[in-house]
Amino acid sequence: MIRRLRSSTGDGSMPPGPAARDTSLDLPPGPRRSDDVVLDVRGLVKAYDDAEVLRGIDLTVAEHEVVTLIGSSGSGKSTLLRCAGVLEPISDGQILLDGQDISDPRIDADDVRARFGVVFQAFNLFPHMTVLDNITLAPRVVHGVAPKEARQRAHALLSRVGLADKADAYPDRLSGGQQQRAAIARAIAVEPRVLLLDEITSALDPELVGEVLALVRELAAGGATILMATHEMGFAKQVADHVVFLDQGVVCEEGPPARVLGEPTQPRTQEFLRRVIDAGRL
Amino acid sequence: MSLDHPTPLELSRRRLRAGRSRRSTLTALVSTLVFATVLYLAVTSAPGWPRTQATFLNPQVAWDSLPKILEGLWLNIRVLAVAAVATLVLALVIAVLRTLRGPVFLPLRLLATGFVDLFRGIPLIVLLYLIGFGVPALRFTDERINPVYLGTIALVLTYAAYVSEVFRAGIDSVHPSQRLGARSLGLSYGQSMKLVVLPQAVRRVTPPLLNDFVAMQKDVGLISLLGPLDAVRAAQIASQSTFNFTPYVVAALLFVLLSVPTARAADWAAARAARREQSGAML
Ligand SMILES: Nc1ncnc2c1ncn2[C@@H]1O[C@H](COP(=O)(O)OP(=O)(O)O)[C@@H](O)[C@H]1O
Ligand SMILES: [Mg+2]
Repeated sequence: MIRRLRSSTGDGSMPPGPAARDTSLDLPPGPRRSDDVVLDVRGLVKAYDDAEVLRGIDLTVAEHEVVTLIGSSGSGKSTLLRCAGVLEPISDGQILLDGQDISDPRIDADDVRARFGVVFQAFNLFPHMTVLDNITLAPRVVHGVAPKEARQRAHALLSRVGLADKADAYPDRLSGGQQQRAAIARAIAVEPRVLLLDEITSALDPELVGEVLALVRELAAGGATILMATHEMGFAKQVADHVVFLDQGVVCEEGPPARVLGEPTQPRTQEFLRRVIDAGRL
Repeated sequence: MSLDHPTPLELSRRRLRAGRSRRSTLTALVSTLVFATVLYLAVTSAPGWPRTQATFLNPQVAWDSLPKILEGLWLNIRVLAVAAVATLVLALVIAVLRTLRGPVFLPLRLLATGFVDLFRGIPLIVLLYLIGFGVPALRFTDERINPVYLGTIALVLTYAAYVSEVFRAGIDSVHPSQRLGARSLGLSYGQSMKLVVLPQAVRRVTPPLLNDFVAMQKDVGLISLLGPLDAVRAAQIASQSTFNFTPYVVAALLFVLLSVPTARAADWAAARAARREQSGAML
């Protein structure tokens, strides 16, 4: 909420704006100011062969905003994140990053990808490189940062994610939680416009989930723009500005976490949340 | 209860284990000795043994032929070095070509697939003859083409076809998240391949590659079919001039000696890979 407020109060002449969504629970989401929006997904359709996995998704992520994607397994969260990050060609619709149409085949996809930071469930780090080399790879190779400077920045990042002593370790010497934190460090090393996080804690032992989520919370507090799929409803409730419930490839319900997770109006959402509660994750 | 002070239970277990391992070592030793003795007696008591010994294991002939065979082996080693490097490069290129997706690369992909199908299918001996005698027949130059070069080319073509499949298996075994992760950082297809996928693939296929290298080490002897004076050809000449097969045994022993270090390296690499697999659970 705070971030959404903060970003809308940047321009004092328009007090209501997005913040209005939090107070008027029954109203449909109001239009956000376009200069605020970083990632804008419009009518996104994605089909594998004949199976339509995403069937017309509309979604926006504003600057400094944390948007979480929830939904049962197979609802299309990962596909949506991969499409948004230009890691997968889309079947229809449009995706804009800072107003630029990144679904246009004429754009340089590598260049666009370099503006996202992506972390997957597992197998993020390159096992044949030290943690430090993992982090400096993209800055050096893609962004042309001098090796020495890249290393210095990487060390600083590693301290920030609590892995200062692991710089020269190979990933298989790290715990799952440490691996994911290193992967996050690698993703933010290129100062991405948007972080795309795909269930980054779901492959972890329960006691390791906290340390990774704490890091995401810290990034969010620091003003990062994040679109993340997660099963951690408690986390979504506390940290998200906006929750999107995906069901069979469509946005079934969305809004502030307190409303979507607290008083869902759609039967599918209610059912999903009931199952989540039964599984003890809320 | 500590490592320095095992409990009586652990001590008794250790005694039991030590006793058991002593017994199995003894059994292995004795059975090896018995087997070797039986084999020795059987061979030496064969009716043709004295003649065989004279024609295959003549120390004097062996000693006399050794310098020439060693000289020939040096040629084999040089051919091997060049062929091995050329094979690796060509195989890697073909393997990468075969992974390219999309209609733009269809011709390249077809070409690479055709290459593998063709040269994996032709027996090496036939290919040696075809290239060794076919290429000179085309008369590209008036000078005689060194048969060593032609033999090396045949060797490289055959082995590149095999080794490219090994590389391809290695590339396929790299987790898709790795490729996606590399692309998500903004690395191009080529950069992802070179910096992320291939290093992992090559590491994984090192044991089978070393195995293919051992096979190549002895197949370099086949270039003698085209006439160059390598170890096999030197043995052949020595054998013909002495009416004795001992030079072939000498050549065989030298080839074995050449391959033993690689074989041990292959074992070592395989063991290391297995250890990594076991301890390398990613999460
Ligand atoms: N590469 C693919 N090819 C075919 N079907 C796929 C592919 N990736 C995902 N799918 C299908 O798309 C649907 C959504 O998958 P996914 O986006 O992974 O869901 P989620 O991340 O929400 O669990 C699933 O039914 C899955 O089988
Ligand atoms: Mg998923």
